[in-house]
Amino acid sequence: MANVPQKIIHEYLRHDKKFPHVWCAGCSNGIVLGTIIRALASMDIDRDDIVMVSGIGCSSRMPVYVDFNTLHTLHGRSIAYATGIKLHKPHLKVIVVTGDGDCTAIGGNHLIHAARRNIDLTVILVNNNIYGMTGGQCSPTTPHEAIATTAPYGNIEPDFNICELALGAGASYVARTTAYHTQETQNIVKEAIEHPGFALIEVVSACPVIYGRLNKKGGAPEMMKEMRDNSIPLAAAEKLPPEKVEGKIIRGVLRKDLRPEYTAQYADLVKRVQAMGGDK
Amino acid sequence: MQKKQITKPAPKAKPTKTAAKPAKPETKIDELQSTRERKTVLMQGNEAVAYGALDAGCNFFAGYPITPSTEIAEILAAELPKRGGVFVQMEDEIASICAITGASLAGAKALTATSGPGFSLMQEGIGFAKITETPCVVVNVQRVGPSTGMPTSCAQGEIQQSRWGSHGDSPAIVLYPDSVKECYELTIRAVNLSEKYRTCVILLLDEVLGHMREAVRLPDLANVRVISRIKPTVPPHWYKHYDENQKYLSPLASYGEGYRFHVTGLTHDQLGFPTNKAVEAADMMDRLRKKIVYNIRDLVQIESYEMEDARIAIFAAGITARAAKAAVAMARQEGIKVGLLRPLTIWPFPDDAVRKMLRDVDIVVVPELNQGQLVREIQRLVKDRSDSKLIKIQRVNGKLISPADILRKMKEGI
Repeated sequence: MANVPQKIIHEYLRHDKKFPHVWCAGCSNGIVLGTIIRALASMDIDRDDIVMVSGIGCSSRMPVYVDFNTLHTLHGRSIAYATGIKLHKPHLKVIVVTGDGDCTAIGGNHLIHAARRNIDLTVILVNNNIYGMTGGQCSPTTPHEAIATTAPYGNIEPDFNICELALGAGASYVARTTAYHTQETQNIVKEAIEHPGFALIEVVSACPVIYGRLNKKGGAPEMMKEMRDNSIPLAAAEKLPPEKVEGKIIRGVLRKDLRPEYTAQYADLVKRVQAMGGDK
Repeated sequence: MQKKQITKPAPKAKPTKTAAKPAKPETKIDELQSTRERKTVLMQGNEAVAYGALDAGCNFFAGYPITPSTEIAEILAAELPKRGGVFVQMEDEIASICAITGASLAGAKALTATSGPGFSLMQEGIGFAKITETPCVVVNVQRVGPSTGMPTSCAQGEIQQSRWGSHGDSPAIVLYPDSVKECYELTIRAVNLSEKYRTCVILLLDEVLGHMREAVRLPDLANVRVISRIKPTVPPHWYKHYDENQKYLSPLASYGEGYRFHVTGLTHDQLGFPTNKAVEAADMMDRLRKKIVYNIRDLVQIESYEMEDARIAIFAAGITARAAKAAVAMARQEGIKVGLLRPLTIWPFPDDAVRKMLRDVDIVVVPELNQGQLVREIQRLVKDRSDSKLIKIQRVNGKLISPADILRKMKEGI
């Protein structure tokens, strides 16, 4: 984060509008928002051409604070709204900010189909393993046996591996990082925005006030340390035997493929149809 | 008075730039449309909706297949790419309403089409378009419900849902055609009203109307009046996404035009930022309501048929009004003085016209293909006129109400 001075971040915030923000002390959302802004500031994009779309949840409150075109939509539907925006104005950079519940429970259908279409959206999924906004209910990424207010005796369900889900659905860019590794996150966000196709970044994050408290994880610093100590880069993980990788957060770019992007394909279709003079 | 000629534009509304000029084709779309043959053709209601959408300038459609509305999507899948517009088949109806709302915020004229089950799924998204004042059109070709019901049979079961379907208070604009030609006209009107009033406008079709073929001659494009949203002229830092003005019709910027506004489904202030302040919340709710009630004369359209000397009035909408019109002719031959009052705008409800009808006649007949949705509104207005007799004809078995059915019930009630 050193390569972009902190002042830049303030230029991208709507200072006079809606601060103080809604996030709890120790929440990772501010850190993640910082990395997104730094990534965008380091790129040569007119902020009039940036649209930030979100659904419902803690991380989905990000758009209101930033000075872009911003859209705070319905629970789970951010990718569907973003698809409409991108298809009508393909030159816009459309960034979706979402959470584990928003994107993989209620919005799971939109995630897999946007990945399948390979539409050029950058989905930044802040995974805090819980429904924070509503007070700590079980989400699809709440680990097995973890405690949530709707799993008071421990979660009996297995959790989603979000990146595997996106890979399976055909996303052309998939990466995982954590809120502790801010420089890495910033680089990945930049690369994902530049990537022409559907990009999903899972940012493992900390919710000390709700998830941490319910599961006795200590405070925010302890949860940050856990992200540091319990994660390994992909390159290192590939060299280790499977038993040493078990239970670790594997960080890095899991896929970066170039395959036909949806809005480009649609533009080609329009050209083809118009060249035929409109006859099928 | 709320009587209006249906084929003429509302007299009070101002013509827009794109209106009646037989201008030279400027874009690919204009060129294509001006060269389209405008001869009399046999056309389905669903086809008429698709061509109405195109002629109104719709350039974005997102939808999901569902009987009996699918032809609308199929035609637009073929036609929109020719005009440089977007057609996308989404993963479900929820995604469809969201995609058209997103596209509209980016500046598109956007539409989707569905039927009962899909319309139910779209309700939350319709509420979002209303609270964020984002123009879009939802066509609901009604079939028999509840649930999957009878997908290929006719019903008028969403008259109340189209008004009250989404949670919270949100006034609705809902149009209801009764012929294939009117499907075309009211689709254009729906798109126009959505742009003018910045809201989600609903077009209700009956299954039979969607699939029925009639001879139609579409008007020359030069005679099609098209309304587009007002664009802001102020510099970005003065822009209010929900600006105050007398008629509550405020300019609308699009994403990517330098305005960088915020849109949220949360209750918001004039700039669009979320608020919990009671005074700002009340302002927003008032604005949504007044936008409709202050403009009711522009919104309400009704057809009054043989009502001048009528002692009996039939109040019906859509395909049932077609049967009612035939019943009027049959009754008149027998010397019974019957007329028909037909709402083309079903919401906001034509209260004034109905009150006048209740004053003028002795008996009101309300035929409808549901268990009493339209008649509720008549009953709401009849309370101070207890001497008007109300004859209800209701059917939900997939069969239509015939002119003979209406005539028989009417005679029984006299």
